[in-house]
Amino acid sequence: MKYSIFSLAKAAMSGHRGWTRAWRDPVPKDRYDVIIIGGGGHGLATAYFLAKEYGIRNVAVLEKGWIGSGNAGRNTTIIRSNYMLPGNVGFYELSMKLWERMEQDLNYNTMVSQRGIINLYHSDAQRDAFARRGNSMRINGIDAELLDAEQIRKELPFLNYSNPRFPIMGGLMQRRGGTARHDAVVWGYARAANDLGVDIIQNCEVIGFQRTNGRITGVETTRGNIAAGKVGMAVAGSTSRVAAMAGLKLPIESHVLQAFVSEAIKPLIPGVVTFGAGHFYVSQSDKGGLVFGGDLDGYNSYAQRGNMPVMEDVCEGGMAIMPMLGRVRLLRQWGGIMDMSMDGTPIIDRTPVEGLYLNAGWCYGGFKATPGSGLVFAHLMARDEPHPEAALFRLDRFRRGAMIDEKGQGAQPNLH
Amino acid sequence: MRIACPYCGEREVGEFSYLGDASPKRPHYTIDDGTDPVVLEEAFNEYVYLRDNVAGTMREYWYHGGGCRSWLIAERSTLTHEFKSVQAAPGAGAAKVTLQGE
Repeated sequence: MKYSIFSLAKAAMSGHRGWTRAWRDPVPKDRYDVIIIGGGGHGLATAYFLAKEYGIRNVAVLEKGWIGSGNAGRNTTIIRSNYMLPGNVGFYELSMKLWERMEQDLNYNTMVSQRGIINLYHSDAQRDAFARRGNSMRINGIDAELLDAEQIRKELPFLNYSNPRFPIMGGLMQRRGGTARHDAVVWGYARAANDLGVDIIQNCEVIGFQRTNGRITGVETTRGNIAAGKVGMAVAGSTSRVAAMAGLKLPIESHVLQAFVSEAIKPLIPGVVTFGAGHFYVSQSDKGGLVFGGDLDGYNSYAQRGNMPVMEDVCEGGMAIMPMLGRVRLLRQWGGIMDMSMDGTPIIDRTPVEGLYLNAGWCYGGFKATPGSGLVFAHLMARDEPHPEAALFRLDRFRRGAMIDEKGQGAQPNLH
Repeated sequence: MRIACPYCGEREVGEFSYLGDASPKRPHYTIDDGTDPVVLEEAFNEYVYLRDNVAGTMREYWYHGGGCRSWLIAERSTLTHEFKSVQAAPGAGAAKVTLQGE
């Protein structure tokens, strides 16, 4: 069923009783050409691009819970491509371009809203660093504007411009950045992949790999064994646990990152704002709640919940630039489990185990990468060679000393 | 989380800093001791970059910077955040060399 203003009007006439399932609930087949483990945004996008761009339609996505129940449903929905280093720049811009046409591609309203992202700077040195980042973006064809304090004041008059410790001196703006609706991204990819023949199998946890002469030939699941030509892992947060079943030890630690939503208020924040002197970022959802977050808690965790010291730290960061935040009540708070790679950059590569492919290490930046990650991972699995824009996201880059340390911090807590 | 420091009693986690898994030990080698460079590289690659990333009870270093300033080794579940034990670990945190035969 194609969604349009006409299908909406038609359904409205019949009291909205005519809507059908957006994707099937299939029984797992005995064999698939490709199995993707993990029904989050990345896994579903991978399946979609495998079917759409690479003609591989005998694909299953296995999800242990319901699709989008992991980090795809636990992020702060920010999209941007304001990266500086080779490897990251091209990849995140590829992803950004896919965001820009996602709704047409998927025939689904993913509420992509390019309302802009501003990274505030608070010192001369930080301005210089942001100017350099902005220049790097611009020579790579990505939009970036360096704004001074007066220009920022016009865009964001509600910030605290009289903080003597961390004065707002300006900011780096990417106007094409913004937010999208995270659940809709999951549902949109699920529906589009399903239409292309992909089986989306929920409540199906992978509990082991089947191997013949070292090569992966299938997976053992809570719904029985399923044979597969190739298996891809897109289980950020639990990557080490799944990879361990194949005997792999990876350069990844799992850490908890908290996020917060306030009660709904009238429209206030036009885009995304980040505080440069601490770690705090905030946007306003279409429902009116302020969505914000900050640092990792800083200890290994799979528990999907965090602790008070980081909540305080995040709120202090918010109060430093937006004292009015103190008057707003917190509505919800949650934790997601981040795949922290050792250099802060994702890993999209083959593994030493033949037939097993890895999409991992997204740290706290996986949401914005969803469409790009799906495309390049599908490319890797279909062609057995990295996509040109993801050619540097190799698993062996640590051993080779070819790390992509955009922020100079990976999983190490005292570097954050 | 609250951590029962053996010196200070139970304190909230904000007083502590985290270092991570206490199990990996720095590979032992001296310049020109004849070890195959490939073996060394492999050992250091594993020590510096690879992680068990335990899902379950993990032995880990915590530093009580907001209290007695002692290094501690805690056993904590990464699945539930429950602490099983906290012990003093004098001299911990510094890179510990594995001696041959250890």
